[in-house]
Amino acid sequence: MEHFFFHTLAGSIVLIVLKTLALLVPVLVGIAYLTWLERKVLAAIMLRKGPNVVGPFGLMQPFADAVKMIFKETVIPAKANRVLFFIAPILVFTLSLIAWAVIPVNNGWAVANLNIGILYLLAISSLGVYGTLLAGWASNSKYSLLGAMRATAQMISYEVSIGLIIVSILLLVGSANLNDIVLAQRRIWFFLPMFPMFIIFFISCLAETNRPPFDFAVGESELVAGFFVEYSSMAFGLFFLAEYGNMILMSAIISILFLGGWLPPLDYVPFTWIPAPFWLIIKILFCLFCFIWVRSAFPRYRYDQLMRLGWKIFLPFSLIWVVLTAGFLMSTGIGIYGGAG
Amino acid sequence: MTPIILFYIFAIILLLSAIMVVSVRNSVHAALFLILAFCNAAGLFMLAGAEFLAVLLVAIYAGAVMVLFMFIVMTMQTELVQLKEGVQRYMPVGCVIAFILIIEFILIAIHWKVDPKIINQFSNSPLQHISNTKALGNILYTHYVLLFQICGLILLVAMIGAIVLTLHKNPNNRRQNIAKQHRREPNQSLEVHDVPLNKSIKDIGGFIRPKETYYGVTQEDSFGPKPGDKSDITEKRQQREQIK
Repeated sequence: MEHFFFHTLAGSIVLIVLKTLALLVPVLVGIAYLTWLERKVLAAIMLRKGPNVVGPFGLMQPFADAVKMIFKETVIPAKANRVLFFIAPILVFTLSLIAWAVIPVNNGWAVANLNIGILYLLAISSLGVYGTLLAGWASNSKYSLLGAMRATAQMISYEVSIGLIIVSILLLVGSANLNDIVLAQRRIWFFLPMFPMFIIFFISCLAETNRPPFDFAVGESELVAGFFVEYSSMAFGLFFLAEYGNMILMSAIISILFLGGWLPPLDYVPFTWIPAPFWLIIKILFCLFCFIWVRSAFPRYRYDQLMRLGWKIFLPFSLIWVVLTAGFLMSTGIGIYGGAG
Repeated sequence: MTPIILFYIFAIILLLSAIMVVSVRNSVHAALFLILAFCNAAGLFMLAGAEFLAVLLVAIYAGAVMVLFMFIVMTMQTELVQLKEGVQRYMPVGCVIAFILIIEFILIAIHWKVDPKIINQFSNSPLQHISNTKALGNILYTHYVLLFQICGLILLVAMIGAIVLTLHKNPNNRRQNIAKQHRREPNQSLEVHDVPLNKSIKDIGGFIRPKETYYGVTQEDSFGPKPGDKSDITEKRQQREQIK
């Protein structure tokens, strides 16, 4: 058995598929229940009840929604570019899932323990723009195109500051491997020494996933639903799932970069009873709650304000922070041999 | 065995998509095929063990440069007739460049030899045992640091050039000055009047719009037309009033 899995080609492929399923099935269930959680939290903030009809506490609501979505008719606009129209949602959803390959859920538990894990995440998230862009262009509609332009401009502007924040973390850790990044936080989680970057990273993640208060792509009052206005049925569903998938992914990245990944807050008995992956899940849930909380607490930004925030405030600030971090590490000699934690 | 198969898969897709880039009619499709070509080139880098370069290729070329290309291509209505207009005129120049390139490639192919010194250097160096990223960094920031800095400077100059070329200030463009907005006090923009019954605000000499943005009262640091400044808008306004 061991020989089959570790020493034959077919065995290693089967192993990879099993690993992927073990990661992606919980992620997909998580996406389904994130929609439920969002509606419940929003309802609680607005003093409503939220979904409570389908199943106990409305717990079967995501499945009811999925069934509804699947049985709707797929409408293709007459002058749409059919091939790209179908590729776009598939691309968006696939990209939101393959980034999970490098996320470690425990020491060494990742589908692919890449040495350049964080760069892989950056590359994947920069490819995610294409799904949006193609969806907007292929539907051949003015609203879609405008929505796609907005969403794309927004995503590429905030990627710049995300990249710079990641650079300052890499300076602290001395490795681009996500596993090493978490292990470097054994003594202190990075959100304490890097607190301003933690806040900027969180806000950039909101902008990157097109979530409120930066949801210009879907600015209902101006662009109806932005780049996916022409989509219906499961094609729309895929965009929807991808958005929530990206939310969970971004929360996982925040947890790994700043909140110590799978590490318990203190390395003592009551905390170490809880298995490591559950700590990661708790941190992801905390970030997700913040995502939803922000949605209900803040009004939508204006587009030029968003661009100003990204390029004129976040970018210079994170750039200066990189220089400061590098200077601090050089002058104290902490991070030169890799690992400040 | 698997790397060889993968190599041929990547190489074939790379070549096919490169051919498609120059042969498809729709320019958006051409850009997409170029992205496919980049991704496959990244796959080839990965097979060669250069994972850092592979990821950079995807992140920078496919993820950033091509997005800007797509922006332009999508918003531009490129007609095929327009594109084909200049073909005959530019053909000779293109042929000459292609000819020179082919000759150069042939010359390189004939004289290609790897310097034996470099092979020795790499087989004995400590670089062999450290990761791709560190190896690149070690070389880039020690041996080639000067060239690296010059590259950065050239890019900086190009960036400044692009900004200077596209930046033009429109004096009539009203832009938001956030610091100014924060500094504003209520009495700068509000006037409170007691309006008697059956009178309008105009009768007692007030105006409804905020003081500051009222026409002709714009402050000096704002982008609007200055007092006494006869821009297009003032002329048009005067014309309109004369017509009335």
